[in-house]
Amino acid sequence: MGRVVTRRKLLLSVGAATLLAGCEKSPAVRFFLQTMDEWNQKMQAALFSPARLAPELPPSDATPEEAFPSYFISEEMPFPPANWSLKVGGLVAKPGLLSLDDLKRTPRTNLRVRHHCVEGWSAVAAWHGVQVSEIAKMAGLDPRVRFVEFKSFDSNYWSSWDLESALHPQTILAYGMNGHPLYPDHGAPLRLYSPVKLGYKSVKYLTEVNFLLNPTGGYWENQGYEWFAGV
Amino acid sequence: MKTQGSKAMADASTDPRRRLRRVQPLAIRLSHWINIPLLLIMAGSGLQIFTAYPALGPRGAQYSWYPFQNMSPPRWARFGGWLAGARHWHFALAWFLVLNGVIYLIYFAASGEWRRRLFLPGRDTGGAIKMFAYYVRALRTPPAPDFYNGLQRLAYTSVIVFAIVEVLSGLAIYKPIQLWWLAMLFGGYDGARVIHLGMLALITLFVLMHLVLVLLHPRAILEMITGGQRG
Repeated sequence: MGRVVTRRKLLLSVGAATLLAGCEKSPAVRFFLQTMDEWNQKMQAALFSPARLAPELPPSDATPEEAFPSYFISEEMPFPPANWSLKVGGLVAKPGLLSLDDLKRTPRTNLRVRHHCVEGWSAVAAWHGVQVSEIAKMAGLDPRVRFVEFKSFDSNYWSSWDLESALHPQTILAYGMNGHPLYPDHGAPLRLYSPVKLGYKSVKYLTEVNFLLNPTGGYWENQGYEWFAGV
Repeated sequence: MKTQGSKAMADASTDPRRRLRRVQPLAIRLSHWINIPLLLIMAGSGLQIFTAYPALGPRGAQYSWYPFQNMSPPRWARFGGWLAGARHWHFALAWFLVLNGVIYLIYFAASGEWRRRLFLPGRDTGGAIKMFAYYVRALRTPPAPDFYNGLQRLAYTSVIVFAIVEVLSGLAIYKPIQLWWLAMLFGGYDGARVIHLGMLALITLFVLMHLVLVLLHPRAILEMITGGQRG
């Protein structure tokens, strides 16, 4: 499991946290918090089991959809470009573009699971889509790939994941929610969804999936939120 | 019951290892004072984290019995500046709080200190009731003096239980999927949040009562610094 996060990325993220906190932390305090964050992320990665599934919940547990929070970072609701497709790239044998129809022809995975937000709330919804592991299989990963980057058309919101969590059977590229196509407020036409990470790791309004050698941080991660963010 | 209790005390006082022990042995004094900054920062950063979603119950189904729904904790009680900053503090210091607690409990068990500190229902229930009656002025004289009275033993034992439940419910919130069995023990993720906040309330209540009582008996503070007399 070893190097889940590079030291430089950590320095960047905790440094940013300090700046945003608006308080002057002494170098010793900063070093202490960095070291502990590094340790905690190692512990989280060690605790993560690729085979452990989030419990599937009955329809009666579902959160009323209007009560399921959603947000985007753009000024206005992001809408996909006219001929939207998903770009799959990085260290893969067959890089390329996938249309929504291509994705819908790929074996479908349905989940109804609890969502955990870093803010502390939880909510339940059903999600329908394609396993990231299926995309990886189709693309043919180079054995050196360790990380996966997800990019969006929401003002370049992005996140990067450890490969193990991305290949978890419940980590999917979702085109549907609660039995209907994904609505714009939840990331239409395609979003990443997984019950094994905090919500901010599940990038909405997807445009690109890249299989990489190194992590590339993320929108919130680079502002100081932890990178691993497993639940 | 009474004779059993005094027999245990007699055994304890003839134990050669215990004869030279101070009222407050060094290990207990150290862990006591180390706890104070740790608990303050854990409580403050915990309340800062709670501020991001100052409610109990999942989205769309907040618990109606909780009277303070969506009310943020006061600013003076928070620590860490913002959500990510508070999370870094909380997850960094949690290790040291647990380490301090585990060392304390090992010492508590191995040294035999538990004999004069732990609330043993057979020995202490009567004394606790009498002491309570004395405090509410239903009894004119307090029960016969002992190392601790029954009520003290009850308070100091309860807070150990609160602390253990606090740590376990915290782990359940941190990793509700990887440690699903722990989350289940607390009634799920949102149940664990209730217990985690509830234990903070109980620990705070304990600290307030503790402060009032030691201020009324300042010798106890001195003993927690110097150790007090041997014997």
